[in-house]
Amino acid sequence: MTGSPPAAPPAAAHAGRPPTAPARSRRSRLRRDLPLLLLLLPGLAYFLVFHYGAIFGYVVAFQDYVPFLGVTGSQWVGLDNFERIFADPAVWNAIANTVQISLLQLVFYFPAPLALALLLHSVTYGAVRRFVQSVVYLPHFISWVIVVALFQQILGGAGVLNTWLGDNGLHTVDVIGNPDLFQPLVVAQVIWKDAGWGSIIFLAALYTVDDQLYEASAIDGAGWWRRLWHVTLPSIRPIIVLLFILKLGDILSVGFEQIFLQRNAVGPEVAEVLDTFVYYSGVLGGDWGYATAVGLFKGVVGAVLVYAANKVAHRLGEQGVYK
Amino acid sequence: MTTTSVRRRLLGETPRPAWMPRPKPPVIAAKALALVIVTALVLVPFLIVVATSLAPKDEVLAKGGWVVWPDSITFQAYADVLAGGVVTRATLISAGVTLVGTALSLGCTVAMAYALARPGLLGGRPVLLMVLFTFLFTPGMIPTYLVVQQLGLLDSFSALILPVLVNAFNLVVLRGFFQGIPADLIEAAKIDGAGELRVLLRIVVPLSKAAIAVVGLFYAVAYWNSFFNAILFLNDSSKWPIQVVLRQYVLEGSPLAGSVENAEARVNAPTSIQMAVLVLAMLPIVCVYPFVQRHFVKGVLTGAIKS
Repeated sequence: MTGSPPAAPPAAAHAGRPPTAPARSRRSRLRRDLPLLLLLLPGLAYFLVFHYGAIFGYVVAFQDYVPFLGVTGSQWVGLDNFERIFADPAVWNAIANTVQISLLQLVFYFPAPLALALLLHSVTYGAVRRFVQSVVYLPHFISWVIVVALFQQILGGAGVLNTWLGDNGLHTVDVIGNPDLFQPLVVAQVIWKDAGWGSIIFLAALYTVDDQLYEASAIDGAGWWRRLWHVTLPSIRPIIVLLFILKLGDILSVGFEQIFLQRNAVGPEVAEVLDTFVYYSGVLGGDWGYATAVGLFKGVVGAVLVYAANKVAHRLGEQGVYK
Repeated sequence: MTTTSVRRRLLGETPRPAWMPRPKPPVIAAKALALVIVTALVLVPFLIVVATSLAPKDEVLAKGGWVVWPDSITFQAYADVLAGGVVTRATLISAGVTLVGTALSLGCTVAMAYALARPGLLGGRPVLLMVLFTFLFTPGMIPTYLVVQQLGLLDSFSALILPVLVNAFNLVVLRGFFQGIPADLIEAAKIDGAGELRVLLRIVVPLSKAAIAVVGLFYAVAYWNSFFNAILFLNDSSKWPIQVVLRQYVLEGSPLAGSVENAEARVNAPTSIQMAVLVLAMLPIVCVYPFVQRHFVKGVLTGAIKS
C-alpha cells in the first residue's frame, strides 16, 4: 500500500463518488470505506489463509518431513529433494505422460469446440440451436466420477458395446483398462465432457463477425469454403490464438480427477501425471518432502509457462487487432 | 458489435441473410445428421443408464446387463438404494454440503466482488492483484492439506467447503458484472441514507440476478461433484459424499454393503442398482440445469468480454 497516490485523484476519475477533498487522509478514507472493507473481509481471509498461508507449506519441500514431528520438528535437508527429482525416472515418466496427454488434447480436443461452434452458428432455427446447445453444455456439469463411469458402462469389458458385439458374434474390443488406448481414451472423455461448453466462447465470437464481410464475399462469388477460410476464421483468429496459447501455458495440468480415477486400471507407466505422482508418493507413500518438492517444481514451471503464454498472447493479440 | 446484440443473436432466430443462397437439400440433410449425431452422443449414454436403472432385475439379467428401452418400469432399484443405507447417507451429506457451501461461497463472493467493484476502495487494488495472482500460482495438494490439518479440519465437513470457499474466476466475473451497474443508482440510494449492505441487497443483487444465478450454479455443481477433497481430507468413510460412494460401488465394483437390505439384490448385484446410484448422483444437476442454463450466455459472455 506504499504506492498509493499522495493526493486523491480528481473527482472525475471516481465517477459517482461525491467530490472529495484534494488530500483526503487515509484515516478518513478508512472511515468512509469501513463498511465495504467489512464486506471484503471474509473473502480476503479465505485468500490469505488458503492461498497465501498455504504457500508457507512449501517449506516442507526442503525437509525430510515426518507428519508426527511436524514442520518444526522435521529435519532440514536443503535442496536434496529437488536433486532427487532430476535423478528419478518416475518423475520424468510423469512429466512425459503429462506433456503427451496435453499435446494430444491440443491436437484433438482443441479444434472440437470450434467445429461445434461453426456447426451451431450455421443453424438458423433458434429453437433447434438452443436445444442442441442445452444438450451439449450439460456434460460439463457432470462430475468426472460419473463421466468415467459412463464410459466404463458403455465401452468396458462388460459394457453395452461389448455385450452387443458379443451377442452378435463379433469381436469384442478392449478399450477400458487397455494401457495402449489410455491416453486417447482420456482425450475422448475430455471432448465428450467439454467440447460443448468450450463452444460457447467461439460461438459468441462468430456472432461478432461483421455481416458486411460475408455479404461482400458472397457478391464476389465466394462459396461456403472460401467464406469460412477468408472471412470467418480470420475474423475470429485473435480468440483462437489466445485460447490456444493459454492452453499451451497450461500444459503441465491435465484433469487430475479424471486421471486419478483411472490410473489404477492401467498402471502408472501410461497414467501417472505430475499431480497423481504428488498424491501417490506423498500423501499415500509418506514421502512428503519429496512429493512437495515435485509439486513446487510443477507449480513454478507452470506459473512461468502461464505467464509467458499470457505475454505472447498479449503481443499477438495486439497485432491481431491493430495490424 | 455490442454485447446485447451478440446475446440476442446467440439466443434468438438468426434469419438467413439475403446474400446467402438457400442451402441445397443434401447440405441441409448433412447438417441435420451432424446435429443428430452430436446430440445422440451426449444423450444416449444418459438414456441407457436411466433405462437400466428403471428396468426390472429379470429383464436386465435376461438382456445381458443392459437395457436401452425397458419393457416395464420399476422403481425397485431406487427403493433398495434409498432404503437408509450408505447411499442415502451419502446423498444427504452431499445435499447438506452443497446447500451450506453454496450459501457461504455465494455470500462471500458477492460481498467481496461488490467491494472490489467500487472505485477508489482503500486497498482495493492490492487485494484485486492478490486475487489475480492466484490465477498464476495456486498452492498444490500438500500445502493445502497442511493448512487444513493445521486448522484441525481433517475429517470434518468444513474441509469440503472452506478450502474452495471463493473461486477467483467467479469473483472476477461478478465484479465485472457489478461494475456495469450505474454508479448514480448506488449514489442516489446512499444519499437516501442506505448503508452499503442495504445498497448491495436492495439494488445490486436484484439487478444481477442472472449473473448470481450462474455463479451460484457453478458453486453448487462444484460442491455436489466434490470428490477428491473428500478423499484427501476425510478418512472416516461414514462421512463420504455421494461421488466417493459412487466411485466405490460403480467404478470399483465393491458390494453395496449395508445399503441393500434384501439378500437377493446383494447376490445378483444387478447393474440396475449401480445405475440407480449413478442417476441419483447426477439428478440434482439435471434438475437445476435447465433453469439456469438460459443465463449462461449472459454470464459467460460478460465475463469473457471483460477478461
